[in-house]
Amino acid sequence: MSAHTQPSGTGSGLVKWIDSRLPVFTYLQKEYGEFPAPRNFNYWWNFGAILSFMLVLMIFTGIFLAMQYTPHVDFAFDSVERIMRDVNYGWLLRYMHANGASFFFIAVYIHIFRGLYYGSYKNPRELLWIFGVVILVLMMATAFMGYVLPWGQLSLWGATVITSLFSAIPLVGDSIVTWLWGGFAVDNSTLNRFFSLHFLLPFVIVGVVALHVIALHVTGSNNPLGIDPKGPQDTIPFHPYYTAKDSFGLAIWITLFAAVVFFAPNFFGEPENYVRANPLVTPAEIVPEWYFLPFFAILRAVNFDVLFIDAKLGGVIAMFGSILVLFVVPWLDRSKVRSARFRPVYKWFFWILVLDCLLLGFVGGHPPDEKVFEGIEGLKFINLGHLGTAWYFFHFLVLLPLLGMFEKTRPLPTSIAEPVLGGGQSAAGAAAKPMEKA
Amino acid sequence: MTDHASEPDEKPESRRDFLYLTTGLFAGAGAALALWPFIHSMNPSADVLALSTTEVDISPVEVGQSITVIWQKKPVFIRRRTPEEIQIAEAEPLDDLPDPQTDTDRVIKPEWLVVVGVCTHLGCIPLGQKSTEPRGEWNGWFCPCHGSHYDTSGRIRKGPAPDNLLVPEYKFVDDTTLLIG
Repeated sequence: MSAHTQPSGTGSGLVKWIDSRLPVFTYLQKEYGEFPAPRNFNYWWNFGAILSFMLVLMIFTGIFLAMQYTPHVDFAFDSVERIMRDVNYGWLLRYMHANGASFFFIAVYIHIFRGLYYGSYKNPRELLWIFGVVILVLMMATAFMGYVLPWGQLSLWGATVITSLFSAIPLVGDSIVTWLWGGFAVDNSTLNRFFSLHFLLPFVIVGVVALHVIALHVTGSNNPLGIDPKGPQDTIPFHPYYTAKDSFGLAIWITLFAAVVFFAPNFFGEPENYVRANPLVTPAEIVPEWYFLPFFAILRAVNFDVLFIDAKLGGVIAMFGSILVLFVVPWLDRSKVRSARFRPVYKWFFWILVLDCLLLGFVGGHPPDEKVFEGIEGLKFINLGHLGTAWYFFHFLVLLPLLGMFEKTRPLPTSIAEPVLGGGQSAAGAAAKPMEKA
Repeated sequence: MTDHASEPDEKPESRRDFLYLTTGLFAGAGAALALWPFIHSMNPSADVLALSTTEVDISPVEVGQSITVIWQKKPVFIRRRTPEEIQIAEAEPLDDLPDPQTDTDRVIKPEWLVVVGVCTHLGCIPLGQKSTEPRGEWNGWFCPCHGSHYDTSGRIRKGPAPDNLLVPEYKFVDDTTLLIG
């Protein structure tokens, strides 16, 4: 096709031969080599690469764990203990996989909040954002089913509670739950299908990630200023600039990950799940994994009937609604300005939303009737849950549309290069100056 | 789809449109029907359904005691109630109940209360079978997961659960044998 795609040195003949038949090298060069990326990415833009790494790591460790695991209620728990004690490096595989899920969610939450702060979901990146939310939903389903596989007490009872959510659906709810279980309780049929789906879904995620990345490469990346690149002076080639920056961030990320895997592998886990599942004894407290706690808090916050909707169905609607609302964020936010840097009011509400999600996570980890402070009678966790849930929906459904109408945004810079290459109206003359990396 | 139909006369297209539509419809319906075996394969299988009855010998149970048996892989609470418990359960005004049901509608013999021991909220096993366990404010059962209280008739009194504990199909085969399911 074109000569500039050919790497020099040996093998270029073979490369040329392949490339003229299946242009993979041209594609890689175009999309990951010279792909023009805005020159002003900060480290919040590292999480795409980090997430790709985590997905590959989870699939890789998962495939090797599946070689040792037995999806049967009589053997599952023992097979996991065998992985921990007898299988060579089994402990490492399992600890990487279990903590990998936590780190995957940390990264994806940062990635999502990055998008919310810099308005990455706005025109023309709505579909890109929607694919991202689809990935989040798939990740949650995958993580939930994966947690059931070790068949500990929380595996069983977490699965029971979450699948029972569907019984709230009027008329067909109970039939759906029986269908999900393949029986009349969470049992062997359930464990088997969860294993099958837990194996399948990551590859579905790979597919949606591909769509997510393709859509990204059509629209191009957003950037901390939230304005479009206006010419070559505003962009730099992805390689070597961002491959290097991503690698550096990834190295730090992996260091943190390794620190937890080797020195605190059970930090994110619950001791209760090292107790074999017992269908006749419910643990004193059923808590989901930490990354589900905010949603769990929203589920429990609706403890009252709303018109003809009883509390149980209301909680389920609120919980699923808290994720579904993300799909329509591009249309709820009416502001033309993307980046919160130029939205003085939104910036504050963004950080309040972050705190609100942390608060909900905190609430989700405590029984509803527990007192928040010892000695203060009136304030229970359920009260905080009400507050946090109300604010969450208020932010998305009321604040975002209103801010778009009434917020006075700050003036946008004329180009990405302007603040870097010096002020003035014309960026053209400045293009010759040496590049400075932010 | 109708690129060459931009010409003003659209009438001649109707026969082809009809063929497209019916073909598409039949293909779609066929695909949907072909999905059913896959969906139905996830429903309870014959061996799971075969576990649908359980026979229980209730002769060793003393007044005031409870036993838990397994039916369809779920715990069933069988409580031999004391006269006071029966009297309290029967005297309860229906207006106070979130899911109104008289005690007599929930038992065959008042002395024996048989309920599925699964909280109607999100499926936990309520506590209260042993006398050492918390039985809630109505002295029946208490679900530790989200704080539902059940009375001595297994009816929901307080907390997030919407319904009373389910009374399974059962009958007394003789005075000391119970057939659940």
